[in-house]
Amino acid sequence: MRYLLRRFGVLLVTLWAAVTVNFALPRLMPGNPVETMFARYQGKVSPTAIHSMELAFGLNTRTGEFGQYLNYLGHTATGNLGVSFSYFPESVRTLIGGALPWTLGLVGFATILAFLLGTTLGVVAAWRRGTAGWKRASVVDSGLVPFGLMLGALPSFWIALILLYFIAFRLGWFPIGNGISPGQGIASWSGLGDLIQHAALPAITLTFISMGMWILVMRNNMLTVLGDDYVKFARAKGLRDRTVMYHYAARNAVLPVFAQLAMALGIVVGGQVFIEIVFSYPGIGYLLLQAVENEDYPLMQGIFLMFTVALLLATFLADIFYVFLDPRVRLEAGK
Amino acid sequence: MSWRDFVHNRRAVVGAMILVFFVLVAILAPFIVPYSPTSIQFTPNLPPSMHHFFGTTVNGQDIFSQLIWGARASLFVALICGSLISLIQLMMGVFAGYAGGPFDTLASAVTNVFLVLPSLPLLIILAAYLQGGSLFVLIGVIVITGWAWGAKVLRAQAIALRDRPFVQASRISGESRWHIVLAHIVPNMLGIMVSNFFGAALFAVLAEAGLEFIGLGNINDVTWGTMLYWATEGDAMLLGEWVWLLVPGLCLALLGTALGLLNFAVDEIANPRLRRG
Repeated sequence: MRYLLRRFGVLLVTLWAAVTVNFALPRLMPGNPVETMFARYQGKVSPTAIHSMELAFGLNTRTGEFGQYLNYLGHTATGNLGVSFSYFPESVRTLIGGALPWTLGLVGFATILAFLLGTTLGVVAAWRRGTAGWKRASVVDSGLVPFGLMLGALPSFWIALILLYFIAFRLGWFPIGNGISPGQGIASWSGLGDLIQHAALPAITLTFISMGMWILVMRNNMLTVLGDDYVKFARAKGLRDRTVMYHYAARNAVLPVFAQLAMALGIVVGGQVFIEIVFSYPGIGYLLLQAVENEDYPLMQGIFLMFTVALLLATFLADIFYVFLDPRVRLEAGK
Repeated sequence: MSWRDFVHNRRAVVGAMILVFFVLVAILAPFIVPYSPTSIQFTPNLPPSMHHFFGTTVNGQDIFSQLIWGARASLFVALICGSLISLIQLMMGVFAGYAGGPFDTLASAVTNVFLVLPSLPLLIILAAYLQGGSLFVLIGVIVITGWAWGAKVLRAQAIALRDRPFVQASRISGESRWHIVLAHIVPNMLGIMVSNFFGAALFAVLAEAGLEFIGLGNINDVTWGTMLYWATEGDAMLLGEWVWLLVPGLCLALLGTALGLLNFAVDEIANPRLRRG
């Protein structure tokens, strides 16, 4: 319990620091883009929009820096992120809320699928290597490792472009962009089919490129575990290979990988910015690009804040999850 | 980690060979480009031919020349970002971990904050604030967002080495902290540091290209990232100019794979448990 309280304390401190960085960032930039923009918009846009900027940046010419900071903290804590410029008069919160389900569905699904496929391949690769003879490196392992490395080294936006061009544009197997056909609702079967058709190619691309990391991480962890005495003993005892592989080695090797999965799921909220951009998928990443292109600072700020909070919460939940998963942590936590 | 281990590791050798190839292309670029990469004197949208191996762009530039020239930016970014990130990691990770005390507390607090700032969106937002970024702006942004994870790993390593007898011996003999870090700690974790360098370089190459692709770099530079930016802006897809889309990314992928291979192989060489299961 004390352990959890401590983790929660760390969460709060980091959260505060991250929010502060978010406050300070635009102010530290050369030429102070926020002040410039503020001056530019003053008198041109409605008082509501000006007020929105004050909310989003804590910018208020009437109060000093410290007063601005307190204001900003207060508004952020109550979830008031201001109003978007480019989608005026939509609030930043509404826009993010509208884009989030798309991202969560697409990227969440792809992340989990990539994790499952990648770790399984990683286990197989390590097993083949770990149990092959001294001299003979396994074909599976020496094939899977470069494959995983290559996947991790590919520019994601380029793979997306190429697949978009050849599979969607030339072959016409999938739609070329957007999350759903215009005028379709998801309440019907045809709408659902349409939704899946639009998500399929981005999901395949995403699964493909994010799989590499899991293959490598899992393989290396497995190799480390396979060197341990209890695995050797289990094999010497004559247990079946599958039993040793999945119930002895993989169970222990996957523990550290879960921490990374938690991080990855935290990043899911941030969307795969490039993939969403190339496929014009209406998620958060695409929204971020539009905010950037329209110099919509409140929207940018709000999106970034949400990313940070999501990542923080994910790491926190991973810490908690660990306590249940790993008896060693539990033991330490009980102290 | 020795030279022999490196030469006997097939992944390391392949990675190094690809990397050397690109380094040579980058250095010799001014002598081997058939045409000026920025010249717009050719007929637009030519298909690949003997005169233009990969055809020409919508604006009448020779794609092959641009491709060769583009190697320069990527390798420059890889080298500078890799070095700067390694330097920061040395400070914030290795030195802090060894020294302990208030500096370490501060350094690991800063590291932890940077760890939870999502790096890709931070990259995009920073680059957006610093509009019209030159290559140097991109480098700065990449370095700021890319150092934290490695620093955390290195700090743990430094702490593990801190109380080894040989380190204690040099501490007792009165050597300075920086001397101990550089002469005793770093050589013992060189493998991880070199591996981290290649990892950082890979991150930098992909990040630079990605930012340029969405138009956040200087779009007048000739790099693989801006080539892809212009290819999408110039509707290469609709015009069926798929070679224009294909080759810059292929080069990025190849260079990336080389850096990834080196990152992985050096780690493998330095960590005996990975070498043989």
